[in-house]
Amino acid sequence: MPLKLGSGDIDHIHEHAKESYPEECAGALIGMDTGEIKIVVDVWPTENTHEGERERRFLIEPLQIKKFEEQAQERDIDLLGFYHSHPDHPAEPSEYDREHAWPYYSYVIASVGKDGVKEMRSWVLKDDRSGYDEEPILG
Amino acid sequence: MPKVRIPTPLRQYTGGSSEVQVSGDTAGETLGNLAEEYPDLRQHLYTSDGRLRSFVNVYKGDEDIRYLDGSETEVSENDELSIIPSIAGGSAGRRCR
Repeated sequence: MPLKLGSGDIDHIHEHAKESYPEECAGALIGMDTGEIKIVVDVWPTENTHEGERERRFLIEPLQIKKFEEQAQERDIDLLGFYHSHPDHPAEPSEYDREHAWPYYSYVIASVGKDGVKEMRSWVLKDDRSGYDEEPILG
Repeated sequence: MPKVRIPTPLRQYTGGSSEVQVSGDTAGETLGNLAEEYPDLRQHLYTSDGRLRSFVNVYKGDEDIRYLDGSETEVSENDELSIIPSIAGGSAGRRCR
């Protein structure tokens, strides 16, 4: 399913990835799922709370996820997925990403280097957890 | 029967329900029965050797069962269990410069 991500939201993710470099950043994608397209209306940055190794690992704690879900519900919109950055690595999910992924959620990955974001791609876990399908990002 | 709250990404496996009632006297038994009733859920909750996945968090009310009695945490008729995701990941492999 394509993911519609406006230029303002793309800018926010890029800024967060650059500010956090060389560590990974993370945040939530909030919006509507029409059944044919996921439309992101807001991105909510959050803290990467992984203990150590934050240049190659990120974690968003369950209570933060609960809070995101409640805040989205109050606005009658949904939690569609998450973004995170891969400093000096491609915008492709790693084996570690796959092991930790949930179905349905969109996982937007920004490849970021010293000079900024090089590429951003979005992925969804396959139903059988064997890999990912790439989702086109529409502007 | 205790209620189990299902997070958005797993509702496709419970016919769209955000909350289901499942029998069980402990958290572990209730989750096991949930996976019996909705078999497509199993692989997302448990590893191939039957352990609850590390990013699957189960709360009884507002408390993480890891800080109660884990899977042996008792649940009664009026209790509500919530499955709450944690989101983790990260890069690996070749570096690109």
